[in-house]
Amino acid sequence: MAVEPALTLRGDARVRRRRIVNRLAEAGATIAALAAVSVLGIVVWSIAKRGGSELSWGFLTKDLPLFGQPGGGIAPLLVGSALLVGIATAIALPVGVLIAVFLEEFASPAVRAPIQLSVDLLNGLPSIIIGVFVFGLLVYGHPQNGWAGSVGLAIVMLPLVTRATQEVLRLVPSSHREGALALGASRWRTVLGITLPSAFGGILTGTVLAVARAAGETAPLLFATSIFGRTINWNPGQALPNLPVQIFIWSESAEPEDHKRAWASALVLLIFVLATSLIARLALARSRRKLSR
Amino acid sequence: VSTVPAAATQELQGRRRVRDRLGDRLLLALTLAAGLGAVALIGVIAYRILRGAHVAFSSFGLSFVWGTAWDTNKNLFGAAPGLFGTAVTSLMALLIATPLAIAIALFLSELAPRGFRVLVGSLVEMLAAIPSVVLGLWGILVLGPFVTNHLEPWLHRWLGFIPLFDEEGAAPGVFLAGLILAIMVVPIVASVCRELFLSIPSELEEGALALGATRWEMVRGVVLSSSRPGIAAAVILGLGRALGEAIAVTQVIGAQWVIKSSLFVPGDTLASRIAGQYQGAITKLQISSLFYLAAILLVIGLLTNLVAQLVVRRSTFQRTGGS
Repeated sequence: MAVEPALTLRGDARVRRRRIVNRLAEAGATIAALAAVSVLGIVVWSIAKRGGSELSWGFLTKDLPLFGQPGGGIAPLLVGSALLVGIATAIALPVGVLIAVFLEEFASPAVRAPIQLSVDLLNGLPSIIIGVFVFGLLVYGHPQNGWAGSVGLAIVMLPLVTRATQEVLRLVPSSHREGALALGASRWRTVLGITLPSAFGGILTGTVLAVARAAGETAPLLFATSIFGRTINWNPGQALPNLPVQIFIWSESAEPEDHKRAWASALVLLIFVLATSLIARLALARSRRKLSR
Repeated sequence: VSTVPAAATQELQGRRRVRDRLGDRLLLALTLAAGLGAVALIGVIAYRILRGAHVAFSSFGLSFVWGTAWDTNKNLFGAAPGLFGTAVTSLMALLIATPLAIAIALFLSELAPRGFRVLVGSLVEMLAAIPSVVLGLWGILVLGPFVTNHLEPWLHRWLGFIPLFDEEGAAPGVFLAGLILAIMVVPIVASVCRELFLSIPSELEEGALALGATRWEMVRGVVLSSSRPGIAAAVILGLGRALGEAIAVTQVIGAQWVIKSSLFVPGDTLASRIAGQYQGAITKLQISSLFYLAAILLVIGLLTNLVAQLVVRRSTFQRTGGS
């Protein structure tokens, strides 16, 4: 009877080395993911800790502080930011949806390419460039005004809205369109009555994401609406106080009091941005699942 | 059976046909106008910025690009220190962010259990949602002191013989700007890479595993090697973000228009110089010089994006063309 060579499941040195390398790689990837999450945690935690103690009802409802004096609030900033982002949305949403409808429903490949490229280039455009452009177009030679800031924010939002709309339009089953057309409906009725309504949820969440992004943008506003009064202003014809620019100004200040205000305002902005983009993302995932089923 | 006069139905149908044709034309015209508007917008932006740079261009010419001065008294302006600062901070951000982002993407696409995947994935995307002015505030008041008191002395002690880590400086500086940019770039590169890795056919991955490869060997041989162009495009997209970030960099870099080899000194980038001058530009020439900086940044930014687009198109073409 021949002696069988011992057949063990434990590998030799080479196998063990491969396994160790594998373990190291897995550990490395896990640590990297943990690091990213913990940076987020540290940023949010330190802002919540420093900003939370300053935050109060009075801080949210009072006018901006007089120069060099304690107290004051950020009500004008909240109103101004809401106005700026609201006007920007009113510009970017219809235009963005129209561009997306053209790209997905009408354009031939040859026409599509340059327009799609332009949208992608707009998306990658540094926001400070938009700020300088808006300054050159609408502010230089005039007083600063809210309209210019809104146009800047709209340029930031436009490619985001377009892309989000394109993505949901692609998910609308072509059988819906073909069904409508086969029943004798015209193109415009199909688009307005069938395609856009079933993409509505996705367009809405895409817009909310764009709003979250625009609310935190500073650079497009820096040259358009950065020298403003300390009271609530509803008139976009004048410079509008707004959160991002004021946080920027306070963060550059040497006064510890201004730093405290910057922290509290940053907390308000961060809560708004993170909450809206979180909700939008959850809704987006749901509407995608619903459409692709 | 009710009878509708044939003439009436025909008239109704005719009216509907006219309305439909009008509606179709109108919608097409509207959407086409919006689409052409997007193309025109890029053109108008470029034109406005070049026109704004006209005064500076006619007095400095191309020598503005390698000029090193920023002297408001002598009316001398140049872009070189900003170009240098932009290159150094972006490069540093990419060197830190790329390996991290690829590792995160691998974790999210290959390693993490399903439920965990969504959670960690959306947390990483949340990192990208933090407004840059908020991240800059955190950078100058929290990360800055930590870097000055701990990280910089440590790096200086051990690596001080390299010119990069020479000179111990104050908190705001090129090093801090690179770190903040890295935090901004990581989520962008990671999310693009994750999509890329998830798009690799699972048969290929399972095949490698079935042949006895460990998970890491499968990743190296299948996942990474087949998505190299895509990773390159992701990194270029990250570069575009790092080049153009103005606000957070302005907050942490210290605004010094100099070219120095050390990372631990204040500097400036093209974008941060523009942002930092928002209240200070008075003379026509100085304002025009800011437009000139913006024009340089615009050219670099557009080129970066175009290259990324080309790389993506070529790689998707290869993938679909190959099968």
